Amino acid sequence: MDVPILKQSRYLIASIQSALSDEDLLRLRDALADLVGRHRARGVIIDVTALDVLDSFATRTLRAIAYTTKLRGAETVIVGIQPDVAFAMVQLGLTLEDVPTSLDLEEGLAFLDQQLEESPAGP
Amino acid sequence: MLLTDTENENQVHLHIASSADVVAARQRARALASQVGFSHSNLTVIATAVSEVVRNIVEYAKEGEVTITLINRGAYRKGVEIVAADQGPGIPEVSIVMRDGYSTRKGLGIGLPGARRLMDDFEIVSEVGKGTTVTMRKWVA
Amino acid sequence: MATKQTPLMPREEELISSSTAEPTLESTTALLRELVSILRENRTELRQEWARRITESRLLTAMTREEVFAEATTVYDNYVAVLETGSVEALQNYARDLSERIIPRGVETQEVLGVVLLLRDVLARALFKKYQLNFDLLNQVLDAYEPAANRIANTVAVGFVQERERIIRQQQEAIRELSTPVLRVRERLLILPIIGLIDQQRARQLTEQLLRGIRENRGKVAVMDITGVPAIDSPIANRLVQTVEAARLLGATVIVTGLSPEIAQTLVTIGVELGKMNTVGDLQGGIELAERLLGYKVVPVEDVASRSR
Repeated sequence: MDVPILKQSRYLIASIQSALSDEDLLRLRDALADLVGRHRARGVIIDVTALDVLDSFATRTLRAIAYTTKLRGAETVIVGIQPDVAFAMVQLGLTLEDVPTSLDLEEGLAFLDQQLEESPAGP
Repeated sequence: MLLTDTENENQVHLHIASSADVVAARQRARALASQVGFSHSNLTVIATAVSEVVRNIVEYAKEGEVTITLINRGAYRKGVEIVAADQGPGIPEVSIVMRDGYSTRKGLGIGLPGARRLMDDFEIVSEVGKGTTVTMRKWVA
Repeated sequence: MATKQTPLMPREEELISSSTAEPTLESTTALLRELVSILRENRTELRQEWARRITESRLLTAMTREEVFAEATTVYDNYVAVLETGSVEALQNYARDLSERIIPRGVETQEVLGVVLLLRDVLARALFKKYQLNFDLLNQVLDAYEPAANRIANTVAVGFVQERERIIRQQQEAIRELSTPVLRVRERLLILPIIGLIDQQRARQLTEQLLRGIRENRGKVAVMDITGVPAIDSPIANRLVQTVEAARLLGATVIVTGLSPEIAQTLVTIGVELGKMNTVGDLQGGIELAERLLGYKVVPVEDVASRSR
């Protein structure tokens, strides 16, 4: 199952629609790494609203995505983590440290705008 | 040994052989557990714990079995039990691995201390060369 | 005055002859089967006798006569069914169901137990009457009946008490929820004032409420004030830290205010780097910090007044 990725000005928005297998997540990582370079994106939003579970693998992969995209000049922000999912994550000890998170798409975009404003040359 | 997946209204049994099965296992666990009155929050907790434990099977034993059973012994003994078993390499020094503080350790058993934090009852039996069986339960408050 | 005597059933003669032997499972089962048929045959009168005794003892006054009779019918039938099958499961389910219905009506535990014991007595008397001519047989019959009857009384009482406890827990949960509201004081600014002791249940509830509040109000900054919390232990401190981390996953910053020196020490003990956590001495200070974080400029009242002139 491929995750749809949209381009909105200098940002890429990946909306996860449903439970992803491990392969799907890894494909997402590779796709974003590729697209960030190709479109010179400055920011990436990954919307996980539809995910009912974020386990250690998913969390590791999201961190990996954030790291990879940063190397290519884009800041990644995760949006849409559900309250229940956040609750389970912290009990599991997963904190997505260093990866910015926002409430939803709107907030995520505002965050990226602010980041760009502050460092127009790039992260 | 090919075991067929079975299901009756109180139990689900799945053969685990790939990461796709991790998703299936946690979705089935959520669906089954929802029959017994868990809060939405706890259903997510259960699904997450199942995900961790089953993923461990896939990553280190390549294959195994998971059985999810509803416990319904009266109004005050309702819950769900998950047994995840494999005949993989086993976890050496499992008691050390299970100690909190090992959760940042990469590798074998990484998800297990976390899964234990999420569930109410948690037992693990592991023998190097023989395999691992994790039994965990969560009760409706 | 001649008393009407029911003729002995053929099986009873068999039993009389083996009455000096140890009761076997077979004979107990046979006895119970016979009991059941007696109780079924005389269902109407025994039930009426029971209902009469219930009224006489002034039990179940919260219910109307019709209701009492209707429930009595079901209880009686369930009672006899347990004697017959030996399984209490159906009775358990019925007991819970009944309890759920009558507890809100104000029926007390002693009433429920009293009523079941009355039935036990009514049925025992019927057995006395039937087997009065044969003391040995009566003893055997009671040996079979009494354990079963006691088990039934136990099942009903326990079912009732458990249901009560469940309802109390539910109410406690509701009270806890009411006592910790998440307040939206400004756009994107939430306050969570916590007063009193926090146990695991409450800590969990706090986290869920805060996260829900963040989601529903689109909160960006939440001030969690624990001025009113006298003390917390390490596990609860951990929960608080988890709450802060979970809120961050929803894009919100939590400012903890009102930490007593003791609580601060507990946090340090469990390894929390207080420097990493947003903490402010008091609620007021926390709100000011929150407003700064949200981009509000806090201007003293006199300045505003002088500007508008």
